[in-house]
Amino acid sequence: MKKRSLFVLLFSMLFVLLAACGSGGGGGGGGGSENSEGADKTEVIGSDSKDATELTFWTFQELHINLFEDAVTRWNKEFPDRPIKLKAEAYPYDNMHNNLLLALQSGKGAPDIVDIELGRFPNYLQGEPQLLPMNEYVDPVRDEFIESRFDIYSKDGQNYGLPTHVGATVVFYNKEIMDKAGVDIDSIETWDDYIAAGKQVVEKTDAVMTTLETGDYWSYWPLIKQQGSDFFDENGKLTLANETNVKTLEFMHGLIHDEKIAEITPGGTHHEEEYYGFMNDGGAASVIMPMWYMGRFTDYMQDLKGKMVIRPMPKWTEDGNRSAGAGGTGTAVTNQTEHPELAKEFLAYAKLSEEGNLALWKIMGFDPPRWTVWENPAIKEDNKYYQYFGTDIFDTLLSIKDEIDSINITEKNPLVQEQLSTNVFNNVLRAENQSPEEALKEAEAAISSN
Amino acid sequence: MIERTASTAESRRSKWSLKDFFLSKKVVPYVFVSPFIISFLLLFLYPLINGVVMSFQTILPGQTTFIGMRNYERILNPTFFKALSNTTVYVVLTTVILTILPMVLATMLNSKFVRFSNVFRASLFIPALTSTIVAGVVFRLMFGESESSLANTVVGFFGVEPMEWKFGAATGMFLMVLLCTWKWLGVNILYFMAGLANVPKELYEAAEMDGAGILNKFRHITLPMLKPITVYVVTITIIGGFRMYEESYVFWPEGSPGNIGLTIVGYIYQQGFRMNDLGFGAAIGVVLMLIIFIISILQLSLSGTLKKGE
Repeated sequence: MKKRSLFVLLFSMLFVLLAACGSGGGGGGGGGSENSEGADKTEVIGSDSKDATELTFWTFQELHINLFEDAVTRWNKEFPDRPIKLKAEAYPYDNMHNNLLLALQSGKGAPDIVDIELGRFPNYLQGEPQLLPMNEYVDPVRDEFIESRFDIYSKDGQNYGLPTHVGATVVFYNKEIMDKAGVDIDSIETWDDYIAAGKQVVEKTDAVMTTLETGDYWSYWPLIKQQGSDFFDENGKLTLANETNVKTLEFMHGLIHDEKIAEITPGGTHHEEEYYGFMNDGGAASVIMPMWYMGRFTDYMQDLKGKMVIRPMPKWTEDGNRSAGAGGTGTAVTNQTEHPELAKEFLAYAKLSEEGNLALWKIMGFDPPRWTVWENPAIKEDNKYYQYFGTDIFDTLLSIKDEIDSINITEKNPLVQEQLSTNVFNNVLRAENQSPEEALKEAEAAISSN
Repeated sequence: MIERTASTAESRRSKWSLKDFFLSKKVVPYVFVSPFIISFLLLFLYPLINGVVMSFQTILPGQTTFIGMRNYERILNPTFFKALSNTTVYVVLTTVILTILPMVLATMLNSKFVRFSNVFRASLFIPALTSTIVAGVVFRLMFGESESSLANTVVGFFGVEPMEWKFGAATGMFLMVLLCTWKWLGVNILYFMAGLANVPKELYEAAEMDGAGILNKFRHITLPMLKPITVYVVTITIIGGFRMYEESYVFWPEGSPGNIGLTIVGYIYQQGFRMNDLGFGAAIGVVLMLIIFIISILQLSLSGTLKKGE
């Protein structure tokens, strides 16, 4: 009997050990350099020929792979003597940024080219950036770009990340719901109009006017930027709890709890399955997001095709801005690449050239940062975004072109994002256990003491 | 000919010496413990020392500088205390649940009155073989906030309003404890069953003759006889609770609302990787190690395990 129980005990210990090992790999940090098992999507693009140079590319958004697929195809056609084979891997957001951080920290395992989201970019500029400066390619075309989009990925005059879009924030309206409520979308000019329209929507339909995020800051950042405010001023001083920011947060709280025209986003952010389903079923009449959100509609909310229209944001004052630049992805070449010249030239080809910027629009639905292509006739060519949102997208964008202020980025931006998305929005909008001013003051204190 | 014999003799001698080497009582113990010693040095002691050193530095690629106690001075902030209190509540809940419930279940499964006990044993153990992450994804879907999610349908039967499980402090803790209990219950039952197998039947028979009921038998025989196993289970549950991370990560991969799911290990991860502050992360890790060490020593000495001669 004794022997048998010992046997059982030992065996159970073995199982525990095995189980413990098994779960470790699936955790946050898992997945090394050569390991693409954790990837959401892996694609090998380009030439099969033996002399093709292999480059790896990491991204946190699988839709971005499409852009590079197009660029590699064009590159291999244009430069048949220098073919490229691109191994593109998409990982979950957190996973990819952490793997990259460890790879750059340890000097091993980083890809050649990588997409880094704006909220995390400052992390990679701390200390000696382990990314290669792109100035030699940026300088000749700098004037043709919205220059502030380079600044947010730069340190000491070196441009490390190439921008993906301007990130002009707009309102996506569900025309079907708005018509049902009897609201003419083009009559909405100010936020007061927006609230009035919202009340009509809530009264006459089953939908709410809009949803506000608590797990991310896209419902907040554009609104404060629109009024000339930001988390930091131009000198990098923290201004999170300034008057405009407090008032704007009060406004958001009012939309949900006083006017009752808005709801907290199902799932917490506009990037959750719960939200895609909710919106796709006509849960809300509008959503305020930057232009780059278009791709999420075409890919994840297909029932809304032909029903959505894009309009500028409502104004705060008579001559106020009708948009704001928000978010971004800087694509960079790491210093661990074995082919620095080729990788840099290819990246510039993909994201700085006119063709590349047209592709940003055609394939991704992004507002290209090279403004000279905005008036290019090629941009009028039919694509899936025109089919989904109607043909007037670019007219809207051109009309607000001079009203898009850029954001101020410092190395503390990741801390701001963390404070807002865990504490501030939750405590103010969801739990309602802090006033906007209290919450923002507390966040400000936490950020400056870190 | 002579040469050949000499060479075979030599090879035989060397073979013998190799065998001697492995049979010698002086060497063999070291050979047997060497895998443990090597893995201890390489995977435990080296990272430990390195972690302590890192906790006094700021670490950036190409720029590592010693900054004295600055990382430790920053630790005592509200977020750390939130993480500490979350973790403590989690440890207390899981320890209580994962000790009492498996003990009772093991006793029941061991009783001859329960039929199909083998089926129950197997099915309770299966969750331990599942990855927390995989199981957590299923839990996340079950506990969605929509009215049609499984959990909300179930509570709907009892007339309870649909809940936002992942967004409240109490429900969030409930989710983490539930996932942990679901996963480890079967393993702890196995431990207790192994312990029960060692309880002599004669004791129960004697007690029955004295007229003891089921509860009295459990209270006066089973419980004391299971003490060594109980101490072991409590210890590993406490340590496991303090290093908990996946149960929180799988529900809130990018930070929980109001930090309701932030654990100490989650805080290490957040500061070390997400904020690129590896030195500060290491400092939190050192503090966590001290906490676990002190609590384990306390718990073991209170239960008398550390006494000599036992």
